[in-house]
Amino acid sequence: MKNIHVSTTLNGDEAEFVCAPEETLLDALRNRLGLSGAKEGCGTGDCGACTVEMDGRLVCACLVLGAEAQDAQIKTVEGMAIGEALHPLQQAFIDHAALQCGICTPGILVAAKNLLERNPDPTDTEIRYWLAGNLCRCTGYDKIIKAVQIAAADMRGA
Amino acid sequence: MNFQSNTKTDFKVIGTRVPRPDGVDKVTGRALYGADYNVPGMQVGLILRSPHAHATIDSIDVSAAAALPGVKAVITSADLGIPEDEGLRDVQDNCLARGKVLYDGHAIAAVAAKDVATAKAALKLIKVEYTLLPHVTDVDEAMKLDAPVVQEARADESVPAGSGPNVTHFCEFGHGDLDAGFALAETIVERSFTTAATHQGYIEPHACLASYGNDGKADLWCTTQGQYFVRDLCSGILGIEGSQLRVTASEIGGGFGGKTTVFIEPVALALSRKAGRPVKIVMSRVDVFRATGPTVSSSMDVRIGMTKDGRITAAEAKLRYQGGAFPCGTVDMGAQAAFAAYDLQAVRTQGWNTLTNRPKEAAYRAPGAPMAIYAVESVVDELCQKLSLDPLDVRILNAADAGTKSSYGPTFDQIGLRATLDAAKAHAHYQAPLGENQGRGLSCGFWFNFGGNTSVSLAINADGTVGVTEGNPDIGGSRASISMMAAEELGIPYEKVRTIITDTSSLGQNDVTDGSRVTFAVGLATIKAARAAIQEMCGRVAKIWGIDADAVVWEDGCAKPSGPNAGDFEPMTLAEIAAISSETGGPIAGHHEVNAEGAGVSFGVHLADVEVDPETGSTRVLRYTVFQDAGKAVHPDYVEGQMQGGAVQGIGWALNEEYIYGEDGRLQNAGFLDYRIPVASDLPNIDTVILEIPNPGHPYGVRGVGETPIVPPLAALSNAVSRAIGVRLNALPMSPPKILKAVMSKD
Repeated sequence: MKNIHVSTTLNGDEAEFVCAPEETLLDALRNRLGLSGAKEGCGTGDCGACTVEMDGRLVCACLVLGAEAQDAQIKTVEGMAIGEALHPLQQAFIDHAALQCGICTPGILVAAKNLLERNPDPTDTEIRYWLAGNLCRCTGYDKIIKAVQIAAADMRGA
Repeated sequence: MNFQSNTKTDFKVIGTRVPRPDGVDKVTGRALYGADYNVPGMQVGLILRSPHAHATIDSIDVSAAAALPGVKAVITSADLGIPEDEGLRDVQDNCLARGKVLYDGHAIAAVAAKDVATAKAALKLIKVEYTLLPHVTDVDEAMKLDAPVVQEARADESVPAGSGPNVTHFCEFGHGDLDAGFALAETIVERSFTTAATHQGYIEPHACLASYGNDGKADLWCTTQGQYFVRDLCSGILGIEGSQLRVTASEIGGGFGGKTTVFIEPVALALSRKAGRPVKIVMSRVDVFRATGPTVSSSMDVRIGMTKDGRITAAEAKLRYQGGAFPCGTVDMGAQAAFAAYDLQAVRTQGWNTLTNRPKEAAYRAPGAPMAIYAVESVVDELCQKLSLDPLDVRILNAADAGTKSSYGPTFDQIGLRATLDAAKAHAHYQAPLGENQGRGLSCGFWFNFGGNTSVSLAINADGTVGVTEGNPDIGGSRASISMMAAEELGIPYEKVRTIITDTSSLGQNDVTDGSRVTFAVGLATIKAARAAIQEMCGRVAKIWGIDADAVVWEDGCAKPSGPNAGDFEPMTLAEIAAISSETGGPIAGHHEVNAEGAGVSFGVHLADVEVDPETGSTRVLRYTVFQDAGKAVHPDYVEGQMQGGAVQGIGWALNEEYIYGEDGRLQNAGFLDYRIPVASDLPNIDTVILEIPNPGHPYGVRGVGETPIVPPLAALSNAVSRAIGVRLNALPMSPPKILKAVMSKD
């Protein structure tokens, strides 16, 4: 089967790529579009390391076909900082040690940003359930939850 | 090396919570991990793996695969030599099976092709003929005299005559008269325990990119805890000189011990050599579970005698570990660690390692200790319950301390066990009320810690900044800690220092990032390298001032005259000295190479509150507090991070995680859906209390902190659940069906 031509919007910019019909959005992002921030931890939607936003909804990019990105709005971790200015979540993760190895961090940041856009003042429990699809093996989640709360407070105040 | 007399205590940088230097890269997606490296002309490598637990390989026919258009190379073990060294041969045979497949998932052959689709098609064209052999995956079954033989004649000289054919190693530690000790006991408890194999569960699968030149020079980029060890193993397997293979470690997406050896790296190099092109291999999650190192599974007996006021009179443990299809020495560490927390007159531990048809065990955070200490701490807790004694008071009564002859031989120097126990006793958590179906458990934990071979280079740049070059992959923030120690010693701000981790051609040997060694040993070498640079700077200043070098001292980032007799000179800052270095003798740098000793053992205590649902048998952790001695916490955030992360891995081990094998000897849960590691909604906050009892072996008192925290959760949770349901449990994981069965057996 022939490759498919896809026109999409990636982090606000128009983007085009070709991909095989069976190729995942994750592979298209990483191998066709040069964005390696989304990671493949499992390839089966269990770990959340490839979390990106597609038309405002969180998806595991390993479970979405590249071809499905046609006419969609895709947002990845690479689109979170604006110029030199980090997103408050990114700053809070650095300031409050919410990452160790950092492999899960892009997925967790994208998921947490989506949460705070829907719910600017979540409880710890709401954060914990929202992030339950994002595995982190290093931190035990404690500092991640606290950093999300700090960023949320910062964003509410801004 | 004993720094006790001059252990530094007045810190400016150490103990602060500065931002980590790799933070921005990791929150923006800029950081490059193993699978993120690409080079032009790169081919895709894939590996064919055994579907059988145990079989003879009668033939492998790769001709059809090799002939497929787009395939650049196909290799089997026949493309590699047979190393003389037994350990290296085992590593190689684990990467590509020779003669037999020893476990479900064992690699047999590999292809390099132009793309994934072609490589997958090529794998399907490889024809392997097998003769199936009987298999064994259970530790107790594998120990038997009539068990299926995994590998012939692998017992070392320690194994007693009459042992089963799969037993490869035996060890024994202890002192005192056990019979006399047990005779003094008022109560003796003897119990048997089992623990399942668990996987390190790093989120980043193994990945590497090999580029082998036609001139015999090779480069390898990979995710690893130790690029030097990867170089040594791969050059040995490939039969090339170490200097011809340069290994560069990527950012590492978790390791926990599991990335301390090689699985795909020699395969990628051999493919690249044959194909004449760069080859990248990225493991799938299924293959990570099937073919990389889980920890050992165990079967253990523990017997402890106690007086009615809680003094332990004698203690004995028998540990049987299986470490998969190749010999391993993990049981030695379990047998040494089992009773480390106790000051005992009579103690003996014995350990056996046995082969099974499972993947070769790899280190997992305090390898060998969590299961042994789980069994010991469970029996201690049961004794406390039987004798109506406070479990913390009993630990305090029996605690090892400075001067205690440890159960494994050495006499302890300054240790923090008693301080952590006292802190736990005084903490509000220990007094908090419990409700219905709730229980509180505690456990001590221990790890030896390690120093090892370390090389560090420190450059004083002409603009007054400092570059530190070290060779240990940063897993949990060590670059920040190393920069902090350089800044502290030189007396300059943290922001002036940048630490990078270099490849194998740029520094002397650095042992693997393991044994909780990096902040201790690399930190020590960094401090020494800084002192060497300071000595050079003082010499330069002495020349400028025209006085003796020993009349110049270094204080607060400046060279100063040592006293009024030395002369009256304005202090010169590091930046001022650096700026004119080309006129005073050239560039200024320091370096230090050492096989570091004096790592200083580590102790911790965990408190856990749980609630068990008697209808479903499911357990919820309500409250969790970690108390641990860090020697000196260089960067407290990352010390807490180690304590929290280790605790949660232990919680997963205690409650959910296990390798499940079917009757066919195949792994049944090779994925994160069925091998369930803790998720955010499973857990409470993990509270931490850092104690600081300086390690005499480090100039700032640092001890490794990374491994001890995975040790106590197993028993802390088992003791908490046992107290909550009123039945003692003796097998991990405590999955809901097991707990429910225990609850129902009560009535």
